[in-house]
Amino acid sequence: MNKEQTHSHPNYVKIYFILLGLFVVSIVGPLIGIKWVTLITAFGIALVKAVMVGAYFMHLNIEKRFIRYILYTALLFMILLFAGLAPDILKSEGNNWVNVSTVNTATIDQH
Amino acid sequence: MSFHPPLATSRSMTGIPTGRLAVWWIIASEIVIFGGLIASYLLFRLHYSEWAEYASHTNTVAGAVNTFVLLTSSLFIVLAHQAAIEKNKEKAFRFIWFTIGGGGVFLLVKAYEYTTEIAHGYTLFANNFWGFYYLATGLHGLHVIAGMIIMGIISFDVKKGVKLERVEYIGVYWHFVDIVWLFLFPLFYIAK
Repeated sequence: MNKEQTHSHPNYVKIYFILLGLFVVSIVGPLIGIKWVTLITAFGIALVKAVMVGAYFMHLNIEKRFIRYILYTALLFMILLFAGLAPDILKSEGNNWVNVSTVNTATIDQH
Repeated sequence: MSFHPPLATSRSMTGIPTGRLAVWWIIASEIVIFGGLIASYLLFRLHYSEWAEYASHTNTVAGAVNTFVLLTSSLFIVLAHQAAIEKNKEKAFRFIWFTIGGGGVFLLVKAYEYTTEIAHGYTLFANNFWGFYYLATGLHGLHVIAGMIIMGIISFDVKKGVKLERVEYIGVYWHFVDIVWLFLFPLFYIAK
């Protein structure tokens, strides 16, 4: 019998309604039109919802640590990709250099 | 004295059932796939301010409906899992098919969205934003279809009371598909 079968189940319906409440906030928040409110309500709450689904529905809160290490490693690769590509994509020019391909892409994209 | 080699499906170095461990490895690889896609999209979205204007043409209501549908289907599959643990195979079977139904509704809404967007000229090759949109939501949609097919297959074993642990495995996968959508929704439908 694994660990999960020995624990009492959380109230899934209650968690679901909390998720729905957060979902409503993530819709309403951006309607206010303030950038930082949009960022917090849309992306911050998406993160909270994802953590709740992972913890309670996927049972990561009671899963062995090994699984979390696998997932953290995968997330680290995502962050590395972002950090590695960011200098090339986010900046088109700097001191004595111009990223010609980015400038060209921007031009093409406008058409 | 006979020798029985360890079976890949029954041995467990980690103490985690092999089937469940395999699903977690799949999810780790999926994080890299979707993570790479989302990270690339974010970079372009931050760089090109005009993408906000392109994003204003996505259907927020349809995206919101689909978020609600996927969250609800996540509830259904976790209730199916609970029923499977309680050896209530009929209830587990029923909730699996409710989940499949949720996936079906999600795909119908997505089909409606794609149809209206393409009709307005927002095709895969309209510009890079729409390329990302169709790639990310299309790849996610394929995962929804795969989950529905797998659930359909295992549901009949569940009805017979066979291999009930598979309900948990497909549940973990389905929740991951839900989590991916939780991020795609603000990225493509909310941030305008």
